[in-house]
Amino acid sequence: MSLLRDRVTFRAGPVSGRVRARLLFVSIVLAVLAFVLFCVGMTIGDVPMTVSDVLSGLFGGGDSGNGYIVRELRLPRALTGLLAGFAFGASGAVFQTITRNPLAGPDMIGINAGAATFVVAGIAFGFGGGLGTTTLGLLGGLLTALLVYALAWRRGTTGYRILLVGIGIFAMCTSLTDYLLSKAQITEAQASIGWLVGNLANRGWEHVVPLSLALVVLYPLVLALSRWMGTLLLGDDVAAGLGTPVQPVRLGLLLAGAGLVAFATASAGPVSFVALTAPQIAQRLARLSSPPITASALTGAVVVLGSDLIARSLTASALPVGIVTGVLGAPLLLWLLARANRSGTGG
Amino acid sequence: MRTDPGGIALTRRPPHTGRALGLLAAFAVLVFLCLLSIWLGSKEISFGAVWQVLWHDDGSADAVIIHSVRMPRTFLAVLVGTGLGLAGTVMQALTRNPLADPGLLGVSAGAAFAIVFSITVLGVGSLYGYIWFAFAGALAATAVVYYLGTRGRAGSSPVKLALAGAAVTALLSSFTSAMVLSDPVALNRYRFWSAGSLSGVDATALLQVLPFLVVGVVLAIASGPALNSLALGDDVAIALGRKLGPLRLRGALAITLLTGAAVAVAGPIVFLGLIVPHAVRFVLGPDHRWLLPYTAVLAPCLLLAADILGRVMARPSEIRAGVIVAFLGAPFFIYLVRRRKLVES
Repeated sequence: MSLLRDRVTFRAGPVSGRVRARLLFVSIVLAVLAFVLFCVGMTIGDVPMTVSDVLSGLFGGGDSGNGYIVRELRLPRALTGLLAGFAFGASGAVFQTITRNPLAGPDMIGINAGAATFVVAGIAFGFGGGLGTTTLGLLGGLLTALLVYALAWRRGTTGYRILLVGIGIFAMCTSLTDYLLSKAQITEAQASIGWLVGNLANRGWEHVVPLSLALVVLYPLVLALSRWMGTLLLGDDVAAGLGTPVQPVRLGLLLAGAGLVAFATASAGPVSFVALTAPQIAQRLARLSSPPITASALTGAVVVLGSDLIARSLTASALPVGIVTGVLGAPLLLWLLARANRSGTGG
Repeated sequence: MRTDPGGIALTRRPPHTGRALGLLAAFAVLVFLCLLSIWLGSKEISFGAVWQVLWHDDGSADAVIIHSVRMPRTFLAVLVGTGLGLAGTVMQALTRNPLADPGLLGVSAGAAFAIVFSITVLGVGSLYGYIWFAFAGALAATAVVYYLGTRGRAGSSPVKLALAGAAVTALLSSFTSAMVLSDPVALNRYRFWSAGSLSGVDATALLQVLPFLVVGVVLAIASGPALNSLALGDDVAIALGRKLGPLRLRGALAITLLTGAAVAVAGPIVFLGLIVPHAVRFVLGPDHRWLLPYTAVLAPCLLLAADILGRVMARPSEIRAGVIVAFLGAPFFIYLVRRRKLVES
């Protein structure tokens, strides 16, 4: 497979470039896998369907009953899973790069925790009356990200300071959420916990539209800024020496990454472990030294859709997707770690 | 104080006598907080009476409260605080990762999984039963993480250990949540344990885990000089004559004993082991020979203070110590992060 180790040069009219063949191959496989899981996921429900039923319903053919079920009931859920997984994976790659730390998901920096605090305050105490969990989660996530950045600012920021301030904010938000939960009425507490686990049940277009708009705006921004991510990994001084505008790039990446995770959390709840594991899995599949953004995002989508499929088809009580993501993502990462160790390329 | 040949001070840190006095002062604060914790509670007892009953158990109602409720609780806070603080320091040194939490090697997740397993599958119902399961679970999970993180040609590396720990934690907590959500009885008992509260533990439970904690404390404090060389990087540590394999194994053993024992009796109290070592490092610098003893004294101080506040603020009910630790600790922690010029590691 020597072809897959090399960079391949392509030229199409005025456009030319070089791609890493293995990364491209991995990304295509992941995209196909995500699409298959996306379609298979829509076959499950009260009315069992085949994949061809789903496909014909999706594109307007077939009988009208199936078309309604697929387009109005199952498509929003599948799309929420796909887009949320994509956003979690991409933002995980962004945060692990700007902090240069493989453990630094948006979860560890407090963004999910901030969103959770706002939503629990909203569900349990009517805070921000009538804004709805989606808006509250979004506000909480974005405000927390801004707070972390502002507190980490001291004549510029460093990835390390963002990380440490983030831990502190994470601690405060989590304990505030715990406190609110213990003070809430039992029914409200249960509703909050249902949201906190991360769930794809009962998703509608109101969950899909904001998230897809956010991806349309923020994902290209992340990709545009990603040309500097390689130099940022070398440390601030080296990056600045190589002509990288360090502070603007870091602020842009932080805001875009936080925006992605805030919108995804608002739609699907704080689905755990995806942002942490997906970039590490993608990095090892592509045999790179840092997380690739698109492949991480696709891995995130595969993990969330696959977990939702497992949760609904294998367990009788239809567990929330947030519980199953660990069961799917963790063994994959462990297997990749063990395999890389054996060949001596790990770590 | 180190000086260069010209006689100019290279470091502005206090000399060793200052640090020793500081440690003594911190210890005095700990003793003061212990007395305060025995004195203050939902029933008001005058300090004179407390002092009297403390030494002469006269069998009165006050004596029963002091000896069987408040003293075990105070000692529990000291033991758990010391255990988690030391485990966090060793963990951060071993993985060279500022995000390393004592639970990172899978200790808390293993303990939680074993407890839920013992409740749902084996039908264990008593606290003493849980403790052994929690401890066995913590040990087993750490062994798996350590095995996965140190396999392969290159041997162990901090990143591999940390990632293997995170993955095993993710896997086990998913199983735990799934089991808890499908069994209401288990959910109820598990919530009692996982609340991270210091109340409701008596002296018998404490004595069961005490030997493990003591061994863990000795192992952790004795590894200070070795952790100093490890902080310089693997290659430098090897050049300085450290054997990395045994060093990592000893560190992992200390972390497991300390965290396993603490988590088994008190449930997972997060952030204590994460925040206190950082805070001490900002003030004292990175010398583990001082870092470890200071953390061992200051972490229980924070936990005790949080526990006392939690009891006093919400009398007659209480706010969990874990919540207050984060609320007291996090702003101070952020202040320290902002004040210091951090060296990017």
